[in-house]
Amino acid sequence: MAKTITEINEKIRKGRAVVVTAEEVIDIAREKGVRKAAEEIDVVTTGTFSPMCGSGAFLNIGHSKPRIKLGGGKVYLNDVPVYTGIAAVDVFIGATALPDDDPRNKFYPGEFNYGGGYVMQELVSGKDIRLTAAAFGTDCYPRKKLETLINIKDINEAILFNVRNAYQNYNVAVNLSDKVRYTYMGVLKPNLGNANYCSAGQLSPLLNDPYYKTIGVGTRIFLGGGTGYVAWHGTQHSPTALRGDNGVPRQGAGTLAVIGDLKQMKPEWLVGTSMLGYGCTLTVGIGVPIPILSEEIFRYTTVSDAGIMAPIVDYSEAYPQREPDIVAEVSYAELRSGHIKVQGKDVPTSSLSSYPKAVEIASILKQRIEEGEFLLTEPVAPLPGVESGISFKPLKERPIS
Amino acid sequence: MNVSRRIVLHFPPNMTGQPVVCRLVKDFGLTFNIIRASVSPGQEGLLVLELSGERKNYDKGIKYLTETGIEIQSLSQDVVRDEVKCTHCGACITICPTEAFVLEPKTRKVLFDHHRCVVCGLCVKACPPRAMILYF
Repeated sequence: MAKTITEINEKIRKGRAVVVTAEEVIDIAREKGVRKAAEEIDVVTTGTFSPMCGSGAFLNIGHSKPRIKLGGGKVYLNDVPVYTGIAAVDVFIGATALPDDDPRNKFYPGEFNYGGGYVMQELVSGKDIRLTAAAFGTDCYPRKKLETLINIKDINEAILFNVRNAYQNYNVAVNLSDKVRYTYMGVLKPNLGNANYCSAGQLSPLLNDPYYKTIGVGTRIFLGGGTGYVAWHGTQHSPTALRGDNGVPRQGAGTLAVIGDLKQMKPEWLVGTSMLGYGCTLTVGIGVPIPILSEEIFRYTTVSDAGIMAPIVDYSEAYPQREPDIVAEVSYAELRSGHIKVQGKDVPTSSLSSYPKAVEIASILKQRIEEGEFLLTEPVAPLPGVESGISFKPLKERPIS
Repeated sequence: MNVSRRIVLHFPPNMTGQPVVCRLVKDFGLTFNIIRASVSPGQEGLLVLELSGERKNYDKGIKYLTETGIEIQSLSQDVVRDEVKCTHCGACITICPTEAFVLEPKTRKVLFDHHRCVVCGLCVKACPPRAMILYF
């Protein structure tokens, strides 16, 4: 039955491609059987909508008259500091950047109501952004101060470049201590008061292609409402993570670095986000199409929440102290039931990743493919797989002298 | 005409032993829903009620409460959800002490049951996209 991406694209162009979401495919495979369904279906679309701190954007502001060298200077967008250690008028805004005068956790837990993620969302929504800059002045860039409004439609480039998104599986966070913990996994109530998880599970891109057989460098994707590409494997990519019999990682494993034109994106798919007591970030919408090139690739897309396990980790002690201890393992089907049993206790569950939005992304991508607007790409290089031996290394500290 | 208002009652210490709410029902035909209560004998008490009934009975009930020496405040605080900002992630579900957030099983959307909300405000800061707003 082997198909090629060229053949699938031909069908997409003719409006004849059979496209289903990673949620729909589960029942279809159950009803028709894997072999028959694999022959009929051309593309399975995935989606995820989750806080992703490894997000940011490069902006080329344009040259003022007289010129100013922002590179190496200090630049703020709506009072949020941006990175300037690159070319004269390029800056990088990171999702977790905070205004200098944000009290952080001085008033614990800090609220982190504004930061880089929010600036990015406002920029995408077409709002004017306040730029203030101080530079040292050179012969060719004499200006030392700049205060101006900028707008995404006027600046030269706005490139979203996220170094770590779309984590293939993730920890389930609990708190075994007797006081509240404010974490990047949300507010964790004491004594196993709740369990927070963060994955689209059966809809999540890399959980539907666990061995990266179709997703690679150059894969065209839905990114923040627009079109983007997989740029590289993401930071902390760890293909050698523990896997189940179905090949699906049982802990955080692969990640994606993604790139796209921020100018085409939409504020409903790039959402400024605040984690109480932890910081500010950006919630990113990503959808990846999986071409059904073989029965094996198809079988992976039929994974359901019941077949995806995640480790429960204590964020009061084990996580901060980098201890490897796992409290227990649990499936996403159990997590989505609203309650799990941990150490004999009934623990209510909450998600930080929005399942309804993941469904929406997979459906939008499906529609774009069905309407012939979105063609699939052949990866130009694979992501490092299990055979690469790459794993996520801890920092080994060494004394400086 | 019927009215339904959320009110906050502050009981002086000497009043906490009296069946005040019971009289609102019996004498004035009003119905009530207790939103929050903190009443200990001999101490100052607090009761947040949603009080409903016919307009003239409601006014009589309020007059009665005032005469007993209870201090009445209208509950001007309210928690509402910004439907545009909410991403339906579900982070609020386990934070809310009164289970005012419920997952709709089929769509997995988070439903906010305003009637269960006791305006404690815990969800406001725990909401990642800051979609819950406390109004004064």
